[in-house]
Amino acid sequence: MPIVSRGFKGKRRGEGPSDRVPPGQYLTDDFPVLSAGPTPHTPVDQWDFTITGEVDELTRWTWDEFRALPSETFTVDIHCVTKWSKLDTVWEGVRLDTLLERVETAVDYATAYCDGGYTTNVPLADLAGGRAWVVYGYDGELLDPEHGGPARLLVPHLYFWKSAKWVRGLRLTATDEPGFWESNGYNLYGDPWREQRYWGD
Amino acid sequence: MAGAAVLGRLTWRVATVLDVRPETARAKTLVLGVDGWPGHRAGQHLDVRLTSEDGYQAQRSYSIASAPRQDRLELTVERIDDGEVSPYLAGDDLREGDRFEVRGPVGGYFVWRSDAAGDVLLVAGGSGIVPLMAMVRQRAEETSPVPTRLLYSARSWDDVIYRDELERLAGAGFEPLFTLTRSQPAGWTGYARRVDASLLGEVAPTPPAATFVCGPTPFVEAAASALVGLRHPPERIKTERFGPTGG
Repeated sequence: MPIVSRGFKGKRRGEGPSDRVPPGQYLTDDFPVLSAGPTPHTPVDQWDFTITGEVDELTRWTWDEFRALPSETFTVDIHCVTKWSKLDTVWEGVRLDTLLERVETAVDYATAYCDGGYTTNVPLADLAGGRAWVVYGYDGELLDPEHGGPARLLVPHLYFWKSAKWVRGLRLTATDEPGFWESNGYNLYGDPWREQRYWGD
Repeated sequence: MAGAAVLGRLTWRVATVLDVRPETARAKTLVLGVDGWPGHRAGQHLDVRLTSEDGYQAQRSYSIASAPRQDRLELTVERIDDGEVSPYLAGDDLREGDRFEVRGPVGGYFVWRSDAAGDVLLVAGGSGIVPLMAMVRQRAEETSPVPTRLLYSARSWDDVIYRDELERLAGAGFEPLFTLTRSQPAGWTGYARRVDASLLGEVAPTPPAATFVCGPTPFVEAAASALVGLRHPPERIKTERFGPTGG
């Protein structure tokens, strides 16, 4: 039993449906920004998306080719490890399934890599099955650079650091290789419903 | 690179308030005794968990203000009026002997190592000074010779957290510079404008070996972008942002 903090009552209790707000999270209407360094600004004519690593052949899309892929607009909840959750966020982008169906691979893991040097690791199974996207639109607008534009990964069933901003591709790997935050104290997998925030959670 | 201090599972530990120090009208420093605290590195943060009598819990993250030590640590918390945790921690009722839980330290990237070579630029907006203060304090405690310049933006002189200590620590390679964006005391000789490329160009004419920027998101975004525009290598700029929510 955790110790009681004298006089603490809490004011946000009951806020939001408990089946949509994971343990330890609170709801926000804002869209906070968290980044480890300066925001890169990549013009779309210099942007491409590449799937590389343990693949039969490298697959690459230019911005125009990427935008010509089948896309969808969808609504999901997002959960940041810094404790905020935001419900009903509306995104536009391409399912990872659409990208991965072009790729032949025998391995089970992916590392997303990004402008600015950020990386994050996600099991391929979590990128498949309509649970992950590369998005370029947010709330009816093009995605702002501050929030990861021109395009970011979106894996809403994992903590939001897995939804890598400024994503430029996936490197497929035979083993689950810790990315940037995963090497800096954060959980290798990051399931918000199991509160997997840090190493050992 | 991850430090030994964060290896293994982070468990909730009981923190006991040993002292409460007012810093500004909105910010207080809590001196905490934490049994079994594994130590931390300057720049890291921790999670705080409050539990009410009926078992309701709320968690938030706070930067650690004190230099690394094993037996006690300090948090400086700015009260956010519509927040849930900060009005409790930085409110009028918290007193010596009160207890809550902490888990940490967290974050292996926004950290300063006192054995790192090269000069340092610290850029703080408002309560973004807190994790940078841990670096300033560690540098002072270890009498590190690393040339360190701090540019600290606040609305007014009364909003400057740790101002007496910062002025006292000035010298021996540490240079605190203040910019007061809303009001300045009579006879003010420091800066009185927003942190932008021209101000950063004056404060850091050549790119330092390491730069740490911490503050609200628009502040960090503007400062980091301006530094990149001044041809500071992006990989030498580490940022920590406080979202508009929190509390």
